[in-house]
Amino acid sequence: MSVSTCPSDAAWLDATDRAIVLATQAGLPLVPDPWGAVGRPLGLSGEAVRDRLARMQEAGIVRRVAAVPNHYRLGYVANGMTVWDVDDARIDRLGREVARLPGVSHCYRRPRHLPDWPYNLFAMLHGRTRAEVEAQADTLRELLGSACRDHRILYSSRILKKTGLRLAGRSDRPG
Amino acid sequence: MTTAYATRPAPAELDAADRRIINRLQDGLPLVASPYAVVAVELGLSEGELLYRLERLLESGVLSRFGPMYHAERLGGGLTLAALAVPERDYDAVVEAVNAFPEVAHNYRREHRLNMWFVLATETPERIAQVIAEIEAATGLLVFNMPKQEEFHVRLHLPV
Repeated sequence: MSVSTCPSDAAWLDATDRAIVLATQAGLPLVPDPWGAVGRPLGLSGEAVRDRLARMQEAGIVRRVAAVPNHYRLGYVANGMTVWDVDDARIDRLGREVARLPGVSHCYRRPRHLPDWPYNLFAMLHGRTRAEVEAQADTLRELLGSACRDHRILYSSRILKKTGLRLAGRSDRPG
Repeated sequence: MTTAYATRPAPAELDAADRRIINRLQDGLPLVASPYAVVAVELGLSEGELLYRLERLLESGVLSRFGPMYHAERLGGGLTLAALAVPERDYDAVVEAVNAFPEVAHNYRREHRLNMWFVLATETPERIAQVIAEIEAATGLLVFNMPKQEEFHVRLHLPV
């Protein structure tokens, strides 16, 4: 079974998995045994926490356990959401190629809202300067070729909120 | 006027060890016993120094988060990107109204007629439509809902 096309694997998670998600969504403890620190209040061994995270990672529920940098603080001050009006017949093949370009952090096909919004391919680009982002966008433009009718670069000029994804607490705790 | 939201932070001063840590840990912590000790050896640091520096990078906002990165839809929740065309004179009030929703995970000002872009993450997929209706009621503006129809896989690594 391919995990990438599954709309939801929620049923696959049991109450213990969910408790681990809730306990770690704000972050992993910075202690020598982080798995044990997560497991202790849940009545789980560190090994059990690690095994479950590994299984969730294999299933694609956990992308990875990693550091998420603040782009701006790393000097990547030019963050452009590039949006492209791409031929529907060719977008899936081209989207996969766009995603492989350096500097692209997210790449999605999304619905158009005509006439206000004709763009159906979104690629986030990150650079230290706008010139860097524009050079990346030129590469993308070339790759899309005749399949692309129009595009825009929407720079972010302010972070208004960034809390990350949060699940609210659920009643189903492990027994 | 004081605003409750964050402005664009300045680039941080990072030394060589900080850079090695950030580069290495964007790729992921191994799921092994004593994972920090294992990574510390790779980076030529002691475990204590790695933990101390990680804590400092988080406190100073160089890292916005460290931990498991969950795939919202696969957790059974709803996720979408949405945009608003906000009249400039109302911008601060609309920021406040939109950010008040706990389902708004990220919100960015962008340079376009659609000048506010936010990610909604909800407990259930059905809840997305309700939250959008509530945001429309709270702001009096039309929400452009742009859920992803296809994700093209990437793995961002920002070298520092």
